[in-house]
Order: sequence, then structure tokens, then C-alpha cells
Amino acid sequence: MVKFVTDNFMPARVHVRDDSALFQKYGEKYGAQWTPTILELDSNGVERHRIEGFLPNDDFLGQLMLGRAQIAFAEEKWDEAERRFREIVEKLPESDAAPEALYWAGVAPYKASNDNSSLRQTANAFKDRYQGTSWAKKASIWA
Amino acid sequence: MEINFRHDVDAVLAEAKELQKPVLLDFSAAPM
Repeated sequence: MVKFVTDNFMPARVHVRDDSALFQKYGEKYGAQWTPTILELDSNGVERHRIEGFLPNDDFLGQLMLGRAQIAFAEEKWDEAERRFREIVEKLPESDAAPEALYWAGVAPYKASNDNSSLRQTANAFKDRYQGTSWAKKASIWA
Repeated sequence: MEINFRHDVDAVLAEAKELQKPVLLDFSAAPM
């Protein structure tokens, strides 16, 4: 967890009471209304993923990895995004982030190539796992 | 090992832009 954060982000913290001026500024800017709220921002300060509330370690790491993958996706780094999404499914298959990651791992190569075979493969992959999730439903149209 | 969170958020955002690195911004109420 620490290594992932250190390798991938510049970490900053606003304490809602002890940094009250900062909280007023950035809490308002990003609409932070609860703690903990963790935002993953791209290098331009644009929010790409939000984690609100406590999560167990694996689920928290999964969400961090998901946000990092979404940053790559937003930057149209399709190969990197796919690799990052697939890494979540492979390393944290039981995490809440995994079904969403599987979905986007299929979208990234489609965005790169316009070849819809990756979407069909993703729909088929959902037949074997994560049935009943909203992501399986969303992918079902590609079958 | 713990995450070394910085509290100079303005500077972090400026450096992130220069270094092209994402930012993890944590709003916390935990004891410091």
C-alpha cells in the first residue's frame, strides 16, 4: 500500500480541524463533505477517483489502483490503463474494485483500436465471474 | 513504513503539474 502510493502519487493531507483554512479552501473546491475522503487527482489537479469512508486494506488498495488506472485512461494511455486495470483483477480478484476493473480493461483496448473483440471477450469473461454485479450487466450488451 | 503526507497542498499541486505526477489528496479527521 505505502509503496503503491509512493510510487504513483504525491500524497497530501488536509486535516479538517487542524488545517481549517486549507480545509475550507480545498474541501469547498472538491466538495469533500465527509472523512475520510481520498481523492485521486491527475497532474492538473482534476479529480479522477474518489474514495469516501473506511475500507479494509485490500478494498482500499483496489480503489487506489482503480483510480490510478482511471488517470491513465483519462490521459488516453490505453496500454497503461489496460495493464493497470488487469493488475487489479489479477492481484485483488475479491476486491470490490475488481469487476469494475475487468469492465474497463476491456474498454481500454477498444478505445485504442476500435476493434470490438476486446469488448466481446470482456462480456464472455463476465460469464465466468462477477455475475450479478452492475459491471457484468453493463458488459452483457457486448456479448 | 508510513505514507509521508505533505500538508502544503498548494505546493504539492504545483509540483505535481511540473512533474506530471498524480496527487493523492486525503481529507482526514484522524488525530495528527
